[in-house]
Amino acid sequence: MSFPADLRYTKDHEWARLEADGTITVGITDHAQDALGDVVYVELPEAGRALEAGETFGVVESVKSVSDLYAPCAGEVVESNGLLQDAPETINGDAYGKGWLVKLKVEDAGVLDTLLDAKAYQALVEAEAG
Amino acid sequence: MASETLRKTVFHPRHAAAGARFVPFGGWDMPVQFTGIQQEHQAVRGDVGLFDVSHMGEVEVLGDDAVAAFNRLITNDLEAIPDGQALYTAMCTPAGGIVDDLIVYRLSRQRVFVCVNASNRAKDFAWIVEHLTGATAHDRSDDYAQLALQGRNAQALLDPLCAADLAALGRFRCAETTIASHPCLVSRTGYTGEDGFEIYMPVEHGLPIYDALLAARPDLPLIGLGARDTLRLEMKMALYGNDIDETTTPLEAGLSWVVKFGKADFIGKDALAAQKAAGIPRRLVAFKLDGRAPARHGYPVLDEAGAAVGHVTSGTRSPSLGVNIGLAYVPDGQHKIGAPIRVGVRDRVETGVIVKPPLRPAR
Repeated sequence: MSFPADLRYTKDHEWARLEADGTITVGITDHAQDALGDVVYVELPEAGRALEAGETFGVVESVKSVSDLYAPCAGEVVESNGLLQDAPETINGDAYGKGWLVKLKVEDAGVLDTLLDAKAYQALVEAEAG
Repeated sequence: MASETLRKTVFHPRHAAAGARFVPFGGWDMPVQFTGIQQEHQAVRGDVGLFDVSHMGEVEVLGDDAVAAFNRLITNDLEAIPDGQALYTAMCTPAGGIVDDLIVYRLSRQRVFVCVNASNRAKDFAWIVEHLTGATAHDRSDDYAQLALQGRNAQALLDPLCAADLAALGRFRCAETTIASHPCLVSRTGYTGEDGFEIYMPVEHGLPIYDALLAARPDLPLIGLGARDTLRLEMKMALYGNDIDETTTPLEAGLSWVVKFGKADFIGKDALAAQKAAGIPRRLVAFKLDGRAPARHGYPVLDEAGAAVGHVTSGTRSPSLGVNIGLAYVPDGQHKIGAPIRVGVRDRVETGVIVKPPLRPAR
């Protein structure tokens, strides 16, 4: 289970990364993909959609379950990961890389500071595992 | 539910050590997956796999004519099979609703052994006690553990360990025998559509039998409830609480083959005969979808105008076919093989076709 230090996290098991161009890339965490199991379907918003923080913006489905995706912060979708339509299992193999979900344009990237850091998220995962 | 309130099967420590992920099911802490549902599914379809199904309940019916006594509670006919054979059946209410679906073992005229669903254990036992006359019912669920060994290589693995000649044990036949010298009931039954066996043993003999199987094949694939569900779904085998319940009749659920109107009276017979005469209003069908989004339990089946005319009872991505499959109730007349089906998936409509099971590649 990995918790990269350069990412921010939500209690809903999403990660967010500030890119050089000021956009924020969003995905689900390694822990989340492991808990889901084999991912077979991902539904993502189209570019241009405005998201509120915490808003449901899509679903990720494994063989067994359906999970909603929640926006870690407010922003406008500038791109969804088209690779996941044909190869949703990419999330299992590379949750922090090729398995990203959406890129968001945000007003103030400082919003990331309100999310969990790697240490806090890891503690949350370990607490949930009991 | 807090984990300390869940019951653990005798195999739980072995499966925790093997890295299983557990989920609550019917009051038990059960392994849902080991290496991954798709991989486990393929192991059973192409090789063999071992399932812990100790959460299932067992009821023993004893009496001078236990066969006739229990036969009154079920829709299939225990008089039509010999001792040493099992049958699949529904147990119905007087209105024809399904109390549970069961595997019933006719061990002798005096002794009938019944396997019930974990989630229905208490309800079934109370129902049986209330309606049984001329025999006594005994809840043996705490006395038995159960394993399922399923897949084309099951017999080759089990036969050298088993005192019975498994090659001579036909489909749905059962034998009280031993495995690695430990007593058990072995039947050629299962919930996967593959050849294989279900093994009931007194709990204290569970681990020795389990360990003998793993010693005979150290890489024996362990299978969780996740793959058990996809395997049964591809075969259109019903899951109680999802596809069937007390609001559905066996005729609606495509189980008319286990309703024997020609046998002696049984609970639900009049209501089922009346439904058959009046016309069965809805039918459980298997379907494939064209699109990428899986259908799930509770999603609506829609008509052309977008009105709900039925509902999905089970759905997943078929690991064998790589397409989305499911079971649904649709109105009678719209249930024929090849007929189109429309399923509401969130804010969209997914189209598909009603198909004849099994939903796995032909052999």
